[in-house]
Amino acid sequence: MTEIFDLVARVMSRYGLVTAFAVVGITVWVSYQLSTRLTRGHLHGSAIAIMIGLLAAYLGGVFTGGGRGVADLEIFAGIGLMGGSMLRDFAIIATAFGVNTRELARAGASGVVSLFAGVFVSFAIGAAVAYSFGYTDAVSMTTIGGGAATYIVGPITGAAIGASSDVIALSIAAGLIKSMLVMAGTPFIAPFIGLNNPRSAMIYGGLMGTTSGVAGGLAATDERLVPYGAMTATFYTGLGALLGPSVIFVTIRAIMG
Amino acid sequence: MVIYGVALLAGCMLTGAFIGELIGELIGIDANVGGVGISMLLLIAIASKAQASGRLRPISQSGITFWSAIYIPVVVAMAASQNVVAAVRGGTAAVLAGVLAVVVSCALVPLLSRIGGEPPPPLPDISGEPGE
Repeated sequence: MTEIFDLVARVMSRYGLVTAFAVVGITVWVSYQLSTRLTRGHLHGSAIAIMIGLLAAYLGGVFTGGGRGVADLEIFAGIGLMGGSMLRDFAIIATAFGVNTRELARAGASGVVSLFAGVFVSFAIGAAVAYSFGYTDAVSMTTIGGGAATYIVGPITGAAIGASSDVIALSIAAGLIKSMLVMAGTPFIAPFIGLNNPRSAMIYGGLMGTTSGVAGGLAATDERLVPYGAMTATFYTGLGALLGPSVIFVTIRAIMG
Repeated sequence: MVIYGVALLAGCMLTGAFIGELIGELIGIDANVGGVGISMLLLIAIASKAQASGRLRPISQSGITFWSAIYIPVVVAMAASQNVVAAVRGGTAAVLAGVLAVVVSCALVPLLSRIGGEPPPPLPDISGEPGE
């Protein structure tokens, strides 16, 4: 019997990406069944699927001790490829096919404003939280502020201004919390903030900035909003990595004396 | 041919990624600046032109629409390969920084939506399976 299991496991790991298609397909199907049967469609099937994914990633992380969720299990390694940044960005770009260009142009200005607002607000909040937890030096405050922007901005900023590794780890954790909260929480908050049209989606993407969070969150809300939100979110990490170690660090250092 | 659509998509992505890396290099940061957004703009510009001139046939378009439709499953796979454990173990400071950043940013959405006149009407209701 164990030989059969070994054989199945061997097939699954050898055809990793194909296994991922099957496993994710089943997960999505189950999620849409749960959505119609249990919530009568109130909670979007893709929202349930994303939450199942996050839960599975947690279990995978606990089980293997690795950092890539279920993808650290050899038989599910293909899920890491399917959900990795290469295919994710490929699919995000494809969603731009057929977007309303007039709406895109009209929302352009508010998109740019939201990008700057999002970066500065996140840094400020992260720095304030850091301060209240006893990280009172400008380097740590800026680094944790960067984490509150995204989990990529945090370590880039920290490395540039010489933060300690535990502060960098903390900033990554803050960014991960943000990304997962946006992924799972967007469909719930959407009705309250008018997140139902291209312009507010662009603003949302610019303010949140976490590409994975926005990509997942908007997919779970209304997938037609994805290209608009993703468009601005993709500029956020670059802007944060540009402003963090420079303007924002200098400002925080000036305030902290 | 389906591959024409896929290749167009790939070409836009590679060009956008190149420009994004170039911008990062020019402003001296080790990150891709807006590569995905630039790729999207490229795809919109090229595809709409090619569609209008009839050079992008429906069968070629399906090479793009397939990837657009496979987007949600890709996002589910992405969720399943996140480092959730590290996020949960980050402690109170990390949780608070992450949560507050999201809450305050959310509160700004209605405010910024007013820039440039009244916000546009919501998208019409649709129901159905993803990718249809």
